[in-house]
Amino acid sequence: MSTKSSDHDPYVRAEIAPPSGIAFPHKHLLGTWGLDPTTIQHLLDTADRYVDQNRRAKKTTAICAGLTQINLFFENSTRTLMSFEIAGKRLGMDTISMSTGTSSIKKGETLLDTAATLNAMHPDVLVMRHADSGAVKLLSEKMSCAVINAGDGRSEHPTQALLDALTIRRRKGRLHGQIIAISGDITHSRVARSNIYLLTAMGARVRLVAPPTLLPKDVDRLGVEVYTRMDEGLKDADVVMMLRLQQERMQGGFLPSLREYYQFWGLTRDKLAVAKEDVLVMHPGPMNRGVEIASDVADDFDRSAIEEQVEMGVAVRMACLDILTRNLREGGEA
Amino acid sequence: MSITAYTNARLMDPATGLDEIGTLTVEDGRIVAVGAAATTTGASHIVDCKGRVLAPGLVDMRAHQVDTDAAAAGGITTVILQPDQTTMIDTDAPVERIRRRAKDYSSVRVYPMGAATKGMRGEEIAEIGQMQEAGAVAFTDCRRAVANAQVLRRLLEYANYFGALIVQFPEESALAASGVAHEGEVATRLGLAGIPVMAEVIQIERDARLAEMTGSRLHFALISSAAGVEAVRAAKKRGAKVTAATAPHYLHLNENAVEGYRTFAKVSPPLRTEEDRKALIDGIKDGTIDVIVSDHDPRSEDVKRLPFAQAAAGISAFETLLPLALAPVHAGSLDLMTVLRAMTFTPAKLLGLSSGTLGVGANADLVIFDPAKPWRVDRSAFLSKARNTPFDTLPVQGRVWRTIVAGKPVYTGEPS
Repeated sequence: MSTKSSDHDPYVRAEIAPPSGIAFPHKHLLGTWGLDPTTIQHLLDTADRYVDQNRRAKKTTAICAGLTQINLFFENSTRTLMSFEIAGKRLGMDTISMSTGTSSIKKGETLLDTAATLNAMHPDVLVMRHADSGAVKLLSEKMSCAVINAGDGRSEHPTQALLDALTIRRRKGRLHGQIIAISGDITHSRVARSNIYLLTAMGARVRLVAPPTLLPKDVDRLGVEVYTRMDEGLKDADVVMMLRLQQERMQGGFLPSLREYYQFWGLTRDKLAVAKEDVLVMHPGPMNRGVEIASDVADDFDRSAIEEQVEMGVAVRMACLDILTRNLREGGEA
Repeated sequence: MSITAYTNARLMDPATGLDEIGTLTVEDGRIVAVGAAATTTGASHIVDCKGRVLAPGLVDMRAHQVDTDAAAAGGITTVILQPDQTTMIDTDAPVERIRRRAKDYSSVRVYPMGAATKGMRGEEIAEIGQMQEAGAVAFTDCRRAVANAQVLRRLLEYANYFGALIVQFPEESALAASGVAHEGEVATRLGLAGIPVMAEVIQIERDARLAEMTGSRLHFALISSAAGVEAVRAAKKRGAKVTAATAPHYLHLNENAVEGYRTFAKVSPPLRTEEDRKALIDGIKDGTIDVIVSDHDPRSEDVKRLPFAQAAAGISAFETLLPLALAPVHAGSLDLMTVLRAMTFTPAKLLGLSSGTLGVGANADLVIFDPAKPWRVDRSAFLSKARNTPFDTLPVQGRVWRTIVAGKPVYTGEPS
């Protein structure tokens, strides 16, 4: 890659072909850890095209017609599940969704038995969410089809990181060199982890801003800058990414109250003033207004990208489904 | 009575420091002669050891199942069973039952530890005196520390009357909370809840003070960190009657072993950093760590092949105890006698057992092994009930050739 100028981003809309013509050199998408920049670039380029498709009146193609996608959610979710379902349908896939509330699959059955059961139904893609870190990887070892991690415990949520990256890239033109502050409950956040791995791989400067009780040990070794004060962490930031604060963190003794959290770490117009003029505000949703983010910031038309993130979510998931099933489709285009 | 002579053996007795080529003769289950000067006169059976090491059989101070065949294959002649059995050992009846069953069915010697508190709940002292009379050799709440300082204080005072050893699991439970791995870079990256090193240090420091206050003996079941070793070292320097153990997996692996959510490397306390691993070896070297245990915990794959946080902790460790403990010897960081002492004489002495020595008149509990013999760990060849080991396919050195309990061979390796 060229390093002549620090401003130069080799991965901006380069539309470069994936290395050795292989779109995605992995069987599954389990995380962003270890993904190389050209692979990420190709995923984002592909997703970019689906953004255009999704804005047309006729949104559905048939490129994945005849393929079966199972969405298996062991943890409640509405937006991610719906996003994956829409993504699959827009590619012409047969999508089936199960969540623990509605299925009988988890009656004391172990995860590996579930895997064997599902595998026997010959799906082509399995999208899975689970409350335990590493659970999706464990299941993927027993599946013959591609597995997409839709969030496992506090480990990874790769499609969220990809959609965040796409949002930033479209708004800012590039990822390289951007100062991106991720703020909130880092310890328990899979969104934070996937974003750290992806954004640092793409050359962004990632900062974490959180109360000391919500920063995991040795997180500075992941190639990020760590702050506890909002005014320091948000200074000159190009992007501020807020994380959802789970209410149960009060019981764990991580925080005294929501009120106090909002006062010191909630994103308000005042706190945001130290960031760049054109700072982009993001949130993976669902938001706790008045807890981690003030309504006027969340609804700021110029700076908030929160709804755009949802739109990018569908496009990114279409790109992932497309790329992971390419080897199955006729012609086997790479 | 017939006499068996083991000739041409490198006799190593950690009790006396004896290390010479010679002969050991056994009559009626007891050692009758040992040393270079011992002769085969009158022997009806002669075993040529061909220069292999002949040492007291290993005394494994921490095992969660008896698993006789695996123990014998690992050179272990005395298994100290932990109280966390299906029927918890917290009264004299299960102690008696286990002792009786062991005599009937087990080729190796088995002594249980009793629970330190009733139901291992950490609230009331268990019937230590009665369990001791029934054959319990020490008292512990096994995988849990006795958290309440007042309870532990009373326990130590009370145990003193019986001369009983209290064994504490050094992990402060509130700090450890729901942690499943060492709190550090790897756990942070994998998104696993961590157990900080200080959970170990705080428990050791507090309990060492209680041991000083009561003048009682206290043994720490498993040390996993450099700071833990330092805490024990400092307590010993102050004169506290504390002792400590660690297990070979802490000498061999660090936190990276759980990479990829490998549940076979999930142990309690967790595997820590490379610096910790090295400090544990140094701790054995300078005598801060007195004992090496296997912490043998055979687990079925049903409870191992689960998401990391849900999977059971533990390793099937009898059959890898000796070769893994020998690894630092081959690496030049420990000497063979020190390692043997930590697995024979020292645990026997702590528990008040007469084994762990080659002295004349002692029980002929012996292990004969080739310390340099190279082989690969093969879990499919395990005699253990379970094969949960992170060491499968690992090349190791040192293999058991014969295990002898009370003069009778209970394990035979390769023919000659």
